Amino acid sequence: MNRYLESLALALSALKANLLRSILTTLGIIVGVASVITVVSVMQGFTDSITKQFENMGSNTLLIKPYVPFKERIVGKRARLTISDYEAISRAVDGIDMIIPVVFQAPGQLRYKGEQTSLQYYIGTVAGYDELNNFYPQKGRFLIPSDDTYRRRVVVLGADIRKDLKLPADPAGEYVEFNGQWYKVVGEMEQQDSTLGFSQDNMLIMPFQTAVALLRDKASENMQFMIRVKNVDEVPRVHDQVSRLLRKRHHIGKRDTDDFRIETSEQIKERFESILDAMTYVVAAIVGISLVVGGIGIMNIMLVSVTERTREIGICKALGATRADILIQFLAEAVILCLLGGVIGIAIGYGLGALVGALVPTIPEIVVPVWAILLSLGFSSLIGILFGIVPASKAANLDPIVALHYE
Amino acid sequence: MTAEIIRLEGVSRHYQMGDETIRALDGVDLSIFRNEYVAVIGASGSGKSTLMNILGCLDRPSGGLYRLNDTEVEGLSDSELSAVRNKEIGFIFQSFNLLPRATALQNVIQPLIYAGMSRHERRERAMAALKQVGLEKREGHLPNQLSGGQRQRVAIARALVTNPAIILADEPTGNLDSSTTAEIMALFDKLIESGQTIIIVTHEPEIADHCRRVITISDGRIVGDTGSKGGAA
Ligand SMILES: Nc1ncnc2c1ncn2[C@@H]1O[C@H](COP(=O)(O)OP(=O)(O)OP(=O)(O)O)[C@@H](O)[C@H]1O
Ligand SMILES: [Mg+2]
Repeated sequence: MNRYLESLALALSALKANLLRSILTTLGIIVGVASVITVVSVMQGFTDSITKQFENMGSNTLLIKPYVPFKERIVGKRARLTISDYEAISRAVDGIDMIIPVVFQAPGQLRYKGEQTSLQYYIGTVAGYDELNNFYPQKGRFLIPSDDTYRRRVVVLGADIRKDLKLPADPAGEYVEFNGQWYKVVGEMEQQDSTLGFSQDNMLIMPFQTAVALLRDKASENMQFMIRVKNVDEVPRVHDQVSRLLRKRHHIGKRDTDDFRIETSEQIKERFESILDAMTYVVAAIVGISLVVGGIGIMNIMLVSVTERTREIGICKALGATRADILIQFLAEAVILCLLGGVIGIAIGYGLGALVGALVPTIPEIVVPVWAILLSLGFSSLIGILFGIVPASKAANLDPIVALHYE
Repeated sequence: MTAEIIRLEGVSRHYQMGDETIRALDGVDLSIFRNEYVAVIGASGSGKSTLMNILGCLDRPSGGLYRLNDTEVEGLSDSELSAVRNKEIGFIFQSFNLLPRATALQNVIQPLIYAGMSRHERRERAMAALKQVGLEKREGHLPNQLSGGQRQRVAIARALVTNPAIILADEPTGNLDSSTTAEIMALFDKLIESGQTIIIVTHEPEIADHCRRVITISDGRIVGDTGSKGGAA
């Protein structure tokens, strides 16, 4: 074993003698590994934030929303859910622990004592939304049933609003002006994780009926229902029953597709993950190609190196080097070259990822997962062995006399 | 005590060049005993280097029998041959053949690495060998920082560091001037005194005279041999 470790030292000294050439040779590997690390670290950041998002929604929760395939949407078809759909589901479907309506509305202007801010969106919903989404107020209170019954003009603010409007530390009890109407602030929600890097806290929540009163149209494309099923085992049945009910109510023919979509938190997560998976394959293909190209570069330079050092190989054989000694020396050289490329690639990839993170504020924190580093290094070594074996065995099989007489 | 270190019986080495067969060696019989000091002379192209390469296990004969230290070389595998080159033979070349990126000391250490010796022992022995050739102060020099004579002395240190059964030198002073040649020959004399066995290929009559036995080769055959004095003289 000892003698093979010495081969390593010999390989290192050969690489050092041609340092610039060695680094240039590994360019393909550097580019390959750097792109893996960059893409993986950015994607990992996304995945983490998405996963966290949906962990809040329990596995016995269903989300029902209007849905029209993109194809039909561009020819003007629209889908909506209505308040009577909500009431019908509440009445007719068994096994429901809680059902709440949520209406999302487009931006609006919010004012307080001369300060103003543009909301990203606001939500009309009812008590229980906080529990279903595992999203609670940090100050004051959430909506209560009577807010909805009496259509109170009360709001719960998103975590970013107070700063923007310079509200007091406890904003409960203050009045804010929203789209020309006055509302009383009853609470402030906690901070949410950002989705794909977008902060979601520039928003407010008001009672469902209050929000619906503001709507011109009582059926809204932006209305969704959230259902919590009593028993997780019953999720499929409830899913089916809701689906049949809505198809009947919306007069959807046997052959026609739903104009709504029922999703579980699992499905939503899966959808994101399948997009990420597709991206991963594309990246893997690019990386595979660049690593193979890099490997061929390594093989090329190693063949040159073997030819250049033919005489040295002859000398070593005359001194008692076996085939294995020479083979391992040159394989070690190829692997070290590739690992060098891998390490430089990881450093550059990390740098690029951090740069992307710094330049684009909507991208979450950049983390390079350990598996990506290990995989890169493992792959680099594999490429080194794969593409080093030809030059190394060429060196090992040289005839001592021929090698010694090589000019 | 006389021990036969080398025994050749009908050894030949043929090269096929198209239709023509070149008989670089053609039925050579030869015995060399311990502590002999042998010169091999002959015209250019007569087969001296071919003989040395076969003796040094760098090349294999086309036919005949070669026994080195009671081992039949013919039956040896590639890695066994490597081990023989490492342990039994110290080869010295006309063009020195030092590893260019390795220091004098590292060059002398190299065969000990293949011998599987420990780091500490390797260094000790290599330093001792360098001292033997008077180069202990040049251990850190690269070959291109040494004179021709010094390079050849490093090569000699490298050849003798493994304590081989025989030292083979193919025109070791061919690239050196006469005073450096004398230094190198003095070194060989010292090795002989300490019991080493040496075969030198040479074109220089003074060197041949210096040795105790002279073998003359012509056209791949031994045509003259001043005879074995049976080792210890
Ligand atoms: N690889 C080879 N292929 C063909 N013929 C060869 C080869 N090596 C040597 N020979 C031939 O074998 C013969 C002996 O060569 P060798 O090198 O042994 O001569 P030499 O006695 O050492 O000569 P010199 O004194 O010039 O070194 C020569 O005729 C040479 O042309
Ligand atoms: Mg010759």
